[in-house]
Order: sequence, then C-alpha cells, then structure tokens
Amino acid sequence: MLDLLKPPILAFQEFFLLTGRTFRNLFRKPHYVDDITIQMDIIGVGSLPIVMLTGFFAGAVMALQMSRALNQYGATDQVGQIVSITLAREMGPVLTALLVAGRNASGMASELGSMKVTEQIDAMRALGTDPVQKLVKPRLVATAIVLPLLTIIADFVGMFGGWVVACPMLNLTTSSQYWSMAWRSLEYNDIAQGLIKPFVFAIVIALVGCFYGLRTTGGTQGVGLATTKAVVVASVWVFVLTFFIGKFFVSL
Amino acid sequence: MTGDRGEPILRFEHVSLFFDEQPALDDVSFALFPGASCVILGAAGSGKTVLLKTAIGLVKPDRGHVWLFGRDITAIPESELVDLRSRVGILFQEGGLFDSLTIEENVAYPLLNQRALRCPRDQVRARVEAALARVELEHTLEKYPSELSGGMRRRVGIARANVTEPPLVLYDSPTAGLDPITAHTIMTLILKERDTKNTTTVIVTHRYQDGHLLANFRYNPATNRIEPLAHDGRHAASDTKFLVMREGRLVFEGSQAELEASADPYVQKFVKPLRN
Ligand SMILES: Nc1ncnc2c1ncn2[C@@H]1O[C@H](COP(=O)(O)OP(=O)(O)O)[C@@H](O)[C@H]1O
Ligand SMILES: [Mg+2]
Repeated sequence: MLDLLKPPILAFQEFFLLTGRTFRNLFRKPHYVDDITIQMDIIGVGSLPIVMLTGFFAGAVMALQMSRALNQYGATDQVGQIVSITLAREMGPVLTALLVAGRNASGMASELGSMKVTEQIDAMRALGTDPVQKLVKPRLVATAIVLPLLTIIADFVGMFGGWVVACPMLNLTTSSQYWSMAWRSLEYNDIAQGLIKPFVFAIVIALVGCFYGLRTTGGTQGVGLATTKAVVVASVWVFVLTFFIGKFFVSL
Repeated sequence: MTGDRGEPILRFEHVSLFFDEQPALDDVSFALFPGASCVILGAAGSGKTVLLKTAIGLVKPDRGHVWLFGRDITAIPESELVDLRSRVGILFQEGGLFDSLTIEENVAYPLLNQRALRCPRDQVRARVEAALARVELEHTLEKYPSELSGGMRRRVGIARANVTEPPLVLYDSPTAGLDPITAHTIMTLILKERDTKNTTTVIVTHRYQDGHLLANFRYNPATNRIEPLAHDGRHAASDTKFLVMREGRLVFEGSQAELEASADPYVQKFVKPLRN
C-alpha cells in the first residue's frame, strides 16, 4: 500500500518544488520577454478559433436546452440571464481552460519532453541558463495573461450564440430584452469568479504541462506518455479547482 | 598516479548516486589532472553518462564529493556552479543542440549565456565562425540542426563545446551510431581541439579504437591529420588514463598497457575489437 502511494506523493512533492522555483524566479532577471511573446502568440492566437467556436456553441446549446424548461414556467424572457451567468461563472472559464489544456499543456509537455530526451535541457543548464527561467516562466506568464482574455472572448461569443438561438431561431424573447437581461444579471461576484478561475487554471495548466515535460524519461515513447499525462492531469485539476473556487464564492 | 602535476582538475571521491534505489554510480573515486586525457569505457547503462553529468553538477550525488577545478561542487550554491560550468565544454550523447535555434545561435549560446565569460557581444560572431571553421562547418551558420546529418550535428556539438575555449572538455559517446569513416573524422576533430589548445579531454565511448587514438595519436596542424606519437609510447600511455565502468562501479583505472594486460573478462571485452 505504501509502495503504491509513493510515486504519486513524490510526484506531488516534485510538482510543488517546481512551482516554488518558478514563483521565486518570477520577478528575478532575466525575463526572456521574447519567449513570453512567442508563447502568448502560440497559446492566444493559436487557440482563438477553437475557443470562439466552442464558446458559440456552448451558449447556443444552453439557450436551446433551457428553452423548454423556461417555457414551462413562462419565463422565456429570462434566457439572457441564464446564459450569461452560466457562461461567466462556469462554462466560459472551464471550457476555455479545457481547450487550452488540450492544446497547450500537451504542447508544452511534448516540447519540453523532447528537449529533455535529446538532452537540450541538460545543455541549457550546462551552457549557463536556468530551464525554469527560460522555459517554465515564459509559459506560465503567457498562459496567465492569455487564458483570462480568451475566457472573456468565449463568454461574449457564447452570449452571442445564446442570442442566435433565443431570438432569431426560437423567438423566446426580444433582442433588447435578451441583452439587457444578460448584462444586468451579472454581479461583481460572477465577474470576479469568472476572471479568477481562468487565472488559477492558467497557472495549473502551464505548470502541469512543463512539469510532465521536464520529468520525461525513456526516449520518444516517454514524450507521448508525458503529453497524455499532462492533458489528463491538467483537465482533472480544472474540474477540481472550479468546484473549490465556486464553493468559496458561494459562501461569500 | 603522478604527484607533480598539482591539483586535479576533476576528482571523484566515493561518489554514489541512486535512481529509485538502483545505483547508477556506486562508490566511484578517481582523479584527473590538467592536460591529461581520459577514456571511459563501459557497456550501455553502466553509468558513463551519469558520471559526466555528475562531474559538472547536472545531477547531484547522494553520497561522496566531486571536486571540479579544486572546488567541491557538492557543497556550493547553484550560482557558483553555473560559473564553474563555463570552464567546461560538453558534448552530449543525444546531441543537445537546440532545434529551435540556428547553428550560429547554437554555437553562440554559451558565449551569450555564460555570464562568467564576459564575452563582448561584438566578438561573438567571429568566435562562432572560428569554432565552426575548426570543424569545417563554416557554411552552415544559417541552417537548423534538423537540416544536418548526424555526423555534422556532432561536429556542431564539438564546436559548441569548444567555442569558449574551456580548459576541460567532456565528450559523451562522440562516435556512437556513426559509420567508421565519420567516426574517424570526429575523433580527428577531437584530437585537433585537444592538441591545439592543450585541453584536458574526457571521452566516453564503447569503441576501443577511439581510446587508442586518444592515447597514441596527436593532431598535426601542418598536415591537418592525426599521426602516431613518437615511438616510445611511454609518453602517450602516461598521459591517457582509461576507466572502465560496470553497473555503476569503476572496475578498472589505469594506462592502456595495464588495460590490455588486465585479466578481467569484462575489461578484456573492450580491448579485443582492436586485435582482429
Ligand atoms: N534520469 C534518470 N532516471 C532514472 N534512471 C536513470 C536516469 N538516468 C540514467 N538512469 C539509469 O542509470 C543507469 C546509467 O545510465 P547511463 O549513465 O545513461 O548509462 P551509459 O553508460 O549508457 O551512458 C542506467 O541504468 C539508467 O537507466
Ligand atoms: Mg550514455
């Protein structure tokens, strides 16, 4: 039993060591601004199309599914409120994070993993650079900036998707009613949790991706394994954390 | 072995290192003096790569001490270790070239990033070109590592290891996976770097020929070839030390003559290929 628990506990410990080292280096020079920009481009611009597509259909599906229930209570004019609150609090942050975990946690794990197995990480250290500074920090900073922005975009596109279903398609409510409901129902609490979530998810996604990349062993096969693990672990953490952050805001 | 050469450039003292309770290095002790050459032989998985990485502090031993340039690197902070590493060149077994950078940027990397070197920016290009010219790859500056053949990538690795003109250079399996002709070219270049700058040279290999070349040949700048040392052989043998690794243990340390005379069947396995 103890032997069974040892590897995950050790991995957890190593993960926190990496987290600690990254945060200690956060404000320490050098900053490798170019690498941050490149990563922001890969994560942000690269994920934008799928984030918008997913956001649109998430909003549309929500309006569609809610239409029947709202009809029963004769409250179809509330559809804007339901779509916007669900998106801002939960769907926007979680869906965007899952997409970015799938695209970028895997990308980071495979990139750093292949660097590890070809001894580029060792070379980096031997030649005077700290891989945490040069590789992990730019990915963390870039994800932490970009993921909240992507989430905001997903939220808006999602509301638009909801509007397409609610107004032109099903005539649940008028356009002005939809948008004013969508706006007015959002409280500070919703917006705060809608922005804190992606920020926390970003930190976890970047660190998990880099962590599994940096501890890759066993050649090319190991890289595939690291990639899969990074996506799975990052996605599970997104769900776990959204629950706890949500719980915190509910109890406020 | 020799007491009159001052302090060792690299010394291992009872070094042990474990991966998941499996020893990768098991009580390894040896010393290497400035100007000497060292050949590390051993089967795959015997701990040769780990030994080199321990020598420059890329992995930390669980037990024992490692002295590099007279400093105990198991006891100094990372920042000092970074500065010490700038005096060591290393060629990695898997290449370790950055695929996202051009050949020029790869070779310039240590000059730009090892701050202890204080290399002025305007000298970087000239030094990179000179280092690449020494390995006869001056025309590949703009290329990426993936565009080069395996042998050319090794040569870039040799250029990168030597561009800072370090007093100590470590080569991890420089000839592994190469055809005999390319392997000979690589060994010629290693001897060239060693003999034109008098660097202390360590090579890890499973080919006894490589060790034989290192011990008995030298680079002649006039002919741009390697040639046998003077026939007395004695001089050569005293300058090149052979180490044989087996399952993390150092099972042999001595000169080429002692190596060839060894009765240990494991050690003998590495000597035989030259004889037939
Ligand atoms: N990062 C690592 N994690 C776990 N085991 C390792 C690691 N690096 C090396 N080993 C193990 O240490 C032993 C020695 O490896 P190595 O030094 O690479 O051998 P070689 O002599 O072929 O260069 C092998 O059994 C290898 O599996
Ligand atoms: Mg090896």
